[in-house]
Amino acid sequence: MTAERVAVTPKAADLLRSLADTHGPLMFHQSGGCCDGSAPMCYPAGEFRTGGSDVHLGDLTVDGIDPVPVWMSASQFEYWQHTHLTIDVVPGRGSGFSLEAPVGVRFLIRSRLLTDDELRAFGLV
Amino acid sequence: MTTYAAPGTAGSIVSYESRYDHFIGGEYVPPAKGQYFENPTPVTGQPFTEIARGTADDVERALDAAHGAAPAWGKTSVAERATILNRIADRMEANLEALAVAESWENGKAVRETLNADIPLAIDHFRYFAGAIRAQEGGVSEIDGDTIAYHFHEPLGVVGQIIPWNFPILMATWKLAPTLAAGNAVVLKPAEQTPASIHVLMSLISDLLPPGAVNIVNGFGVEAGKPLASNRRISKIAFTGETTTGRLIMQYASENLIPVTLELGGKSPNIFFDDVASADDAYYDKALEGFTMFALNQGEVCTCPSRALIQAGIYDRFLSDVTERTKAVKQGHPLDTETMIGAQASNDQYEKILSYIDIGKQEGARVVTGGEPADLGGELSGGYYVQPTIFEGHNKMRSFQEEIFGPVVSVAKFDDYDDAIKTANDTLYGLGAGVWSRNGNVAYRAGRDIQAGRVWVNNYHAYPAHAAFGGYKQSGIGRENHSMMLDHYQQTKNLLVNYSENKLGFF
Repeated sequence: MTAERVAVTPKAADLLRSLADTHGPLMFHQSGGCCDGSAPMCYPAGEFRTGGSDVHLGDLTVDGIDPVPVWMSASQFEYWQHTHLTIDVVPGRGSGFSLEAPVGVRFLIRSRLLTDDELRAFGLV
Repeated sequence: MTTYAAPGTAGSIVSYESRYDHFIGGEYVPPAKGQYFENPTPVTGQPFTEIARGTADDVERALDAAHGAAPAWGKTSVAERATILNRIADRMEANLEALAVAESWENGKAVRETLNADIPLAIDHFRYFAGAIRAQEGGVSEIDGDTIAYHFHEPLGVVGQIIPWNFPILMATWKLAPTLAAGNAVVLKPAEQTPASIHVLMSLISDLLPPGAVNIVNGFGVEAGKPLASNRRISKIAFTGETTTGRLIMQYASENLIPVTLELGGKSPNIFFDDVASADDAYYDKALEGFTMFALNQGEVCTCPSRALIQAGIYDRFLSDVTERTKAVKQGHPLDTETMIGAQASNDQYEKILSYIDIGKQEGARVVTGGEPADLGGELSGGYYVQPTIFEGHNKMRSFQEEIFGPVVSVAKFDDYDDAIKTANDTLYGLGAGVWSRNGNVAYRAGRDIQAGRVWVNNYHAYPAHAAFGGYKQSGIGRENHSMMLDHYQQTKNLLVNYSENKLGFF
């Protein structure tokens, strides 16, 4: 089977479409640590420099805009690799430089455990 | 018992203005684009003031003011700067209760903490750096009989600072006090979740400072934080927050070749060895409190002791006793002095904590107590309250590995010393840690073996100005507190002077 590590809720997809209108192609990098850590950060594509210490988790497919790649640091991925991540959005006001904060909403990660089939597909069992 | 009246209501000892502009060059200046955003209190979820929505133009204006002030401010005598810092501390002390209520209302934290910790610590911080700058010495090195190397401390000039929302006034003070002591001017951006309480502070102290020495630009990270952090006109950027933004700020700093200090959080282990329970005495009681410190400030502390490691010999008894202690944590109105745990600082923070509790349950962690949002009824129903929560599980679970920044502690058992240290260090972070043992040798060795910048031994969550604070590993770069902090805000000027009349003879 083909398995995906990341997904996006319809509400978050709508927000991404509207952000892409203003900012052009987008990307996510999942944060860790304090304050707004553990939140996904949304930037104009290329604004945040990824490199060898990052893992590309997948691309979000959102109708009408370029695929949105989702990244995480490799060290954090070690502890997160058994979970599937869905990017959602809630009312709020995250700090950090994520693009959606001025709109009064915040992207949020919803997690679930990978199924046995997915774990097999990723070579984790 | 006292319940303070909410700011702006009858009988309150403090009120917020209905709107705050940027504080630039010693006066309040409207935002260039004329836009404002609402600031809700997490106590009820209702807005109580509106705040200037800063953009690059406002940041440039603040930098103009800072650059205007920096040369003269940097040349004031240390005695003059120390006097100003002491006067700031005196004003804060005289208005301690008002500041504490303002801070509690904006952040949601229990007022007993702002009265007894946040504001007194901030006051002491200004006094500490007033003393530290006067005690600081340069250096004189005699290279040879004719040649002397003088080492002077000089200010960096104009620095940028981005402040977190968990201790708005105290965290601003941690950055402001050493910066001003060292003779720098600053452009500071408060967190967008807690942009207002620092203006209550400024209303008390702004007349003490020369115009332009401290400038405050409010706004969102992407609109105001980025133009500050990436600006060519700052000599240094300091940030407290999380790892992705920390990396982005380093990336911007690399473009301008300026130094950064970063404090990026942790997942702090709190280790309880068997001998903690060898007597049922005052020390045991203190250790139970040390465990329950995970609920301090609703768990919104970078050093929250969010992983409790308990040795097998006392595991069942200790977990049972700390569960009882945790159940006794009184959740309520943050302005009630009896309240021990208040509201999470924002709705998205609240949602994030609940999403972590959810994945914790999915991963099979056992909820020992809590694990749900708390509805406190009445006007508090609109606020952001979460029950103090104890999870039992193992260190590979996400609830053991990511900073939840809520009142959630994850508990695991260990067998022996090596097991404890291995688990404690199995984390990306290294900011804080706690060690509890009656055996000084064990406590000392554990304190040295844990890879963290601050290890509390037989205490937790103390933040004296005179003790260095900062992270190992991915928890950040640099230190805050302690006189060594001055180094982060100073350049070294070496004047190499030759007192000989004679040439070298090369040319």
